[in-house]
Amino acid sequence: MFYSILLQAQTTIVQKDIPLPLPVPEWFLVLILVLMFLVHILFINFMVGGSILTLVYQLLGLRKPDYDKLAYEVAQTITVNKSLAVVMGIAPLLAINTLYTTYFYTANALTGLMWILIIPLVTIAFLLLYAHKFMWHRLENNKLLHISILATSVAIFLFVPLIFLTNVNLMMFPDKWSVVEGFLSALVLPNVFPRYLHFLNACLAASGLLLVWYFGRKDFDFEVKFPSLSRYEIRKNLYTVTFYGSVVQFLVGPIVLITLPTQGLGWNVLTVILTGASIAIVAMVWLWKEITGPVAQFGRHFTKIALTMGVVVLFMGSGRQLYRSNVIDPHRKLVAKKTAEYEKLVKEAQAEALKPKNTETATAAAHPGEAIFQMNCVACHQVNEKLVGPSMVEAAGIYKGNIAGLIGWIKQPGKKREGPAMPAQAHIGDDKIKQVAQWMDGTLNSLC
Amino acid sequence: MDFPIFHLDFLGNRALIAIIAVIHAIINHALAVGLMPVVAMLEIKGFRLMQTNPELAEKWDSLAYRILFVAFLITTTIGAMTGVGIWFSASLVNPASIASLIRVFFGAWFVEWMVFVTEVVLILLYFLTWKKLKANMVKKFKHVKYGLFLCFFSWITMAIIVSILAFMMDTGNWNNDRTFIYGFVNPLYLPQLLFRTPLAMTMGGMIALFLTLIYTRKDPDFRKSALRSIRKWVLVWGPLAAAGAMLYYYVIPTNLVGNLPVAMGTIEFQSWYSQIIVIVIVAIGLVIGMANWAYFRPNTAPAWLAAVSILLIAGLMGHFERLREFIRKPYVIGEYMYSNGLRVEDYPLLKRDGILKHANFVATKEVTDDNMIEAGRDVFILTCSRCHTANGAVNPIVGKFTVMFGKEPWQTPQLKGYIKNMHSARYFMPPFPGNDRELDALCAFIKELQTNPQPVTGAQDGLGFNKPKPAQSVAAR
Ligand code: HEC
Ligand code: HEC
Repeated sequence: MFYSILLQAQTTIVQKDIPLPLPVPEWFLVLILVLMFLVHILFINFMVGGSILTLVYQLLGLRKPDYDKLAYEVAQTITVNKSLAVVMGIAPLLAINTLYTTYFYTANALTGLMWILIIPLVTIAFLLLYAHKFMWHRLENNKLLHISILATSVAIFLFVPLIFLTNVNLMMFPDKWSVVEGFLSALVLPNVFPRYLHFLNACLAASGLLLVWYFGRKDFDFEVKFPSLSRYEIRKNLYTVTFYGSVVQFLVGPIVLITLPTQGLGWNVLTVILTGASIAIVAMVWLWKEITGPVAQFGRHFTKIALTMGVVVLFMGSGRQLYRSNVIDPHRKLVAKKTAEYEKLVKEAQAEALKPKNTETATAAAHPGEAIFQMNCVACHQVNEKLVGPSMVEAAGIYKGNIAGLIGWIKQPGKKREGPAMPAQAHIGDDKIKQVAQWMDGTLNSLC
Repeated sequence: MDFPIFHLDFLGNRALIAIIAVIHAIINHALAVGLMPVVAMLEIKGFRLMQTNPELAEKWDSLAYRILFVAFLITTTIGAMTGVGIWFSASLVNPASIASLIRVFFGAWFVEWMVFVTEVVLILLYFLTWKKLKANMVKKFKHVKYGLFLCFFSWITMAIIVSILAFMMDTGNWNNDRTFIYGFVNPLYLPQLLFRTPLAMTMGGMIALFLTLIYTRKDPDFRKSALRSIRKWVLVWGPLAAAGAMLYYYVIPTNLVGNLPVAMGTIEFQSWYSQIIVIVIVAIGLVIGMANWAYFRPNTAPAWLAAVSILLIAGLMGHFERLREFIRKPYVIGEYMYSNGLRVEDYPLLKRDGILKHANFVATKEVTDDNMIEAGRDVFILTCSRCHTANGAVNPIVGKFTVMFGKEPWQTPQLKGYIKNMHSARYFMPPFPGNDRELDALCAFIKELQTNPQPVTGAQDGLGFNKPKPAQSVAAR
């Protein structure tokens, strides 16, 4: 094990961490990262799944108008879910930035263009969703346009998760950093697509369940709003969406596990994931009972299902974090070591630089003014040749015997020649300016 | 130096952050902080009339709702996403500095996030329950309270952010003690807040004025009363904004420019520092004039002029933001970290060993006679690319040197002499961090850029580790 890390260290990039202490204990960051991320992703699931279902209902509505009304109702939930999804995302973003700084930022930069495109893309998707929702009645007679507005934002919603997944996948594998060439090559690393499928199913499962609740509320006048639809049928269908969304996870989940690079798989990860999966089976059974059971008893398992699903998600989220720390932690140790070594070097070099150097005194300028010239003016002037500004010999000639004029120019230059102007040098201080001027007027003018 | 470097060689990296941040700041100030209180005020007007004059009450109420609708659409889409965008772009463009800031300000940002969640929940509640909670006085009263809470939390969000901004300009004693409380007791904090608050309120007032001019065309009597209220609002906050701007204006030099190790009485700074007065007078004058015009001649007042005055105040705000940015240079975190992402304390080491040796994601670790241009490219990316493009539209290095040295082929001693001393020549640029060999390589690369113009690509286009090496054109020629 240790040997393999050493080997890896030779081919893998090891960075230095930010040399400031973590602002809060690490466990707190992990907690925020896991818990708040789950909250965030839940609302994302509601948002993505909700818009897909809206689209489906609206398409069904072309045949049967009540479905269109149903779509309208589902669209109402997206507004809230999308806003909460965004704000809830900030806490885990803050946590991952702090905890996995080097890993996360590296992945971001390597997929940079796509990463930043998330901002305009999601903004557009949100604006389209509003256009779709608030112009529902105005576009009554132009269904094609209306539905394509929604379809566009659904398409964006389906694409953006790929960018996120590519990033959180890439960040775990420093050995891949030197070979990826932009977003596309990072996208096709194994594991991104299986995780994407996993995510999409979760969206359907979660929003199905949300809507079962939404349409089941006592004060929701389903029968009045949609006279031609049956509340029971719709809720049962939504349960079915949840059911299939979850069953497919039992197929996709193992694929995700298999395609994960093995370096992070350990018994801890497997135990947590498998525990989660077995709890999920319980929820599956209740779901099945709801779907196939008698109408009169419909809905009695709902709370249990929602709670167990919540627990499952918690297990999966923790498993994911365990995997991540399994993969990254050995590398983080290398990073910590390198950071400490580097900081030591920094201190050493600082101390060295503070020591007075013999060489410096040896080459010290004959006139203190010359040293000041070397410090402040050589960027633009040379003694004998024109650089950005005129040669010093030429300039000194202009002010022969006129030290006050020379000092005046240095403090507050004018504009004489073509090309750039000289910036004022007043900041170096009156004494030093006087010395430069004396050097120029004395030494240089005596040269010619 | 530790991160792969994202680079946009046309617009420049700063433009990316600037565009996103400016849009966000304007939306936040104008629509969240400034407009919400106006909406609440209009709603309360209606609420007061609910019993005596329900018909008029309804007019106030629906005007308030329609204005809120606009604010809601924009803040929960562009506003929210550009807020996230600031994080994204900052972490792409200057990861080392945003990462350091997060470590200092984690607490503040965490609190900020909680306040922000509250703000979002409140705006959702406020907007989405408007129609439901207007049946009677009791319900309406509850709704009015949501509005007032929303105003409060929007303002708090801004108040926290301002401390972080103030900190970045002037780290105060942080460098010795390194705790974030210095951000809040920083001498620039209060002046900034006293400037931004009334400015936001004025902008909010003008947006309400603009929308009212559009929404009340058909109802001259109500138009008049609505404009009267909004005018009052603008007449109170406009002058306060001017006063705040002046306060901030006078505080900046004494606290910053005066404290800098090298005073910044440079020409550029002075010239547009003094423009501020003009902009303040014009912008606030226009705002007050516009509010009066709308009130006294509601039918001739053009809505577009209100829009122009909003843009002018936004310009004033933008000018102060630029001033803030400018003053910060050459640092991103005053006296601790330069804008190239290197710490001040890194310099002695990097000058001794060279920057390539300690950098990651570079194609070369050491300069040799054969890899001058390739190494120079890395040095350029590491030391200049945060502020300069190669040949792009914004601050191109080739353009800069052409202005200085003309069009004939540049000579290494010329370039070298300048870069070695660039910090003292132009204080806002950090000193060159690498060793002498690297400086040679950088000069070789810059000369290559002059003769063979080519864009410099960033990490997002691949690191080039595995790509064929670029032709050594200078050597070949
Ligand atoms: C950023 C580049 C830059 C720096 C740094 C700089 N100069 Fe200059 N200097 C110029 C330029 C450009 C001119 C020509 C200006 C013109 O003629 O418009 C110039 C012109 C001059 C002149 C000629 C004035 C005349 O009347 O023709 C003097 C003298 C001079 N500089 C002195 C100094 C001294 C002393 C320093 C250091 C303390 C210094 N400069 C630093 C760019 C610079
Ligand atoms: C902190 C950001 C920053 C960094 C880093 C930086 N520069 Fe600059 N540089 C500037 C700014 C700002 C200007 C002025 C642009 C203008 O004219 O408006 C400038 C101007 C210049 C000029 C023209 C100076 C003049 O007197 O007109 C040159 C040449 C230059 N930079 C070279 C470099 C080189 C080479 C590097 C890398 C070793 C570098 N800069 C790094 C910000 C930076």
